[in-house]
Amino acid sequence: MISLRKISRHYQQGGQQLAALQDIDLEIGPGEYISIMGPSGSGKSTLLNQIALLDRPTSGTYLLHGRDVTGLPDDEQARIRRENMGFVFQFFHLIPRLSAAENIEIPLVLSGVDSVLRKQQVAKAMLSFGLQDRSTHRPDQLSGGECQRVAIARATIMHPGTLLADEPTGNLDQATGKQVIDLLEQLNRQGVTLIMVTHDPAIGERASRRVKIVDGRISSDA
Amino acid sequence: MLLAFGAIRSHGLRSLLTVLGVCIGVSAVILLTSLGNSARSYVTGEFSELGTNMIIVLPGRNETTGGIPPIMGETPRDLTVDDALALGRSRRITAIAPLMIGSAPVSAGGLEREVNVIGTTEGMQTVRHLQLASGNFLSPSDPHIAAPVCVLGETLRKELFGTAKSLGEWLRIGDRRCRIIGVLAASGVSIGTDLDDMVIVPVATAQMLFNSSSLFRILLQVGTHSMPDDTEREIRRIIQDRHEGEDDITIIHQDSVVATFDEILLVLTVGIGSIAGISLAVAGILIMNIMLVSVSQRTSEIGLLRAIGAPAGQIRKLFLAEAVLLSLIGTLSGLLIGFLGAVLMHRLYPVLPLAVPTWAVLAAAGTAMLTGLVFGALPAIRAARLNPVAALSRR
Ligand SMILES: Nc1ncnc2c1ncn2[C@@H]1O[C@H](COP(=O)(O)OP(=O)(O)O)[C@@H](O)[C@H]1O
Ligand SMILES: [Mg+2]
Repeated sequence: MISLRKISRHYQQGGQQLAALQDIDLEIGPGEYISIMGPSGSGKSTLLNQIALLDRPTSGTYLLHGRDVTGLPDDEQARIRRENMGFVFQFFHLIPRLSAAENIEIPLVLSGVDSVLRKQQVAKAMLSFGLQDRSTHRPDQLSGGECQRVAIARATIMHPGTLLADEPTGNLDQATGKQVIDLLEQLNRQGVTLIMVTHDPAIGERASRRVKIVDGRISSDA
Repeated sequence: MLLAFGAIRSHGLRSLLTVLGVCIGVSAVILLTSLGNSARSYVTGEFSELGTNMIIVLPGRNETTGGIPPIMGETPRDLTVDDALALGRSRRITAIAPLMIGSAPVSAGGLEREVNVIGTTEGMQTVRHLQLASGNFLSPSDPHIAAPVCVLGETLRKELFGTAKSLGEWLRIGDRRCRIIGVLAASGVSIGTDLDDMVIVPVATAQMLFNSSSLFRILLQVGTHSMPDDTEREIRRIIQDRHEGEDDITIIHQDSVVATFDEILLVLTVGIGSIAGISLAVAGILIMNIMLVSVSQRTSEIGLLRAIGAPAGQIRKLFLAEAVLLSLIGTLSGLLIGFLGAVLMHRLYPVLPLAVPTWAVLAAAGTAMLTGLVFGALPAIRAARLNPVAALSRR
């Protein structure tokens, strides 16, 4: 259960205050499929970063499962991200010098899971994302779609309750983009909360709940 | 650790340069200090070949020792064989060798040459640790009897006799004829007088040859348990008694000469080692630069790690581990190259003993690891402080 109360995020730019987010109120229940849409520069990524605890609001309160997480120390927020959230980015953000399997393994390493268990879980994930014969390939040897699947495997390896995706298809062609969306929707059907930022209406319309942002304010939510 | 290894693997050239820097620094320290150290053992070794626990007594008071300047018109009394014998009666002194040196034409079988002649007694063999190739050294007998015998140095023997038999042959020294009773084993060139190119005769024979009774100096060997100061006082007392109360000799302790050389060379070695150590500090700065570049190149990677929940401390550890790993590899390879170099040096110049000082190994390795840690810290802290959002948005 994610609830944002009057969240604002202002940037100081050249002595001027720029309001990237203005008094955002948003409640997202478990298992929801929600898309965040809006023109470029409207504040979609800024909002997602707030939900992801990657950024701190200028004002407002963030309750996660009823607990105020707004002012928690960095390392505590890092722990929450590690255990509750998975991230999928437009530019994949795979580590170029690690193999596909090693990239998927990172969150497990960070959580201190022992190596035998790690290998098992990675192998299982590779299989379920159809990457079993790509495990030793490095990201530059993979296609865009494969890269994004590796990224999704990495995002879900810790079985997070929430999956946050910022323009996950922004760097893919139509067909592979569609496959990636199918994959994310499949994870949503298994119970994962899916929050997806996109400026592509065709993709955004698929979500059961659609939030539109203009100039840092929610203009519609349905 | 997985990530640190991966980073080093992928940034091959950059990492190689760092490792090389540390490696050169470490091996330079090892090589230079072991060079200095083996020179030190070489020199002190040569000195102790001249005789350990040796004291040299010279006629005349050496003013640099801080004694009272001689009274006007006074000339020092000569040292005589009887002075030497008197010293020999002391309990503290285990062997004496009165020493006369002069040069005389020496001939055998038509060959003639001007040669340094040493007049001494059997005590010389003990004091100077002389080894014989064949025959015997001077026999213990009354040092006042001028026996017509001599002992030949190896170089001189080769020149005069070549492959022919020399033992038992007659040698003309000045206006006297001496039978050769022994040949010294070649000692190699050592510091001080070259005994290989000399002929040794009994001191009384030398006195007649040079028509003089004054000694060049007296060599003494003292018991190992004797205190140097006590021994010196005793020597002065004995000579003073015989010289009508005049304290007119100079005493040199071989050991203190060795100790001084040892000290000078140790200081030199440490100095050279420290200069080489500076190259380690340079390597440290290299590590820092490379790590800083690495941080900025891997900004988005750091952002990703932060985003998926790596605490700042873990990022810091990652970069520190990388720096330490680089300097560890550098240190180990540097030690290896340093040791190999020292062994090679020993092979090329066998006279220099193989002596890699332990303190230098520890200091070099310690400094290398410490620079890795210290210069790796700044980039590590910088990496940990990166804002994940900003780091991720750069690609
Ligand atoms: N780090 C920043 N510093 C200053 N302004 C920023 C920063 N990040 C975003 N902004 C501004 O905030 C607004 C919203 O940005 P963003 O959320 O990235 O938009 P988008 O909807 O395209 O994802 C934009 O006007 C952008 O210029
Ligand atoms: Mg955006």
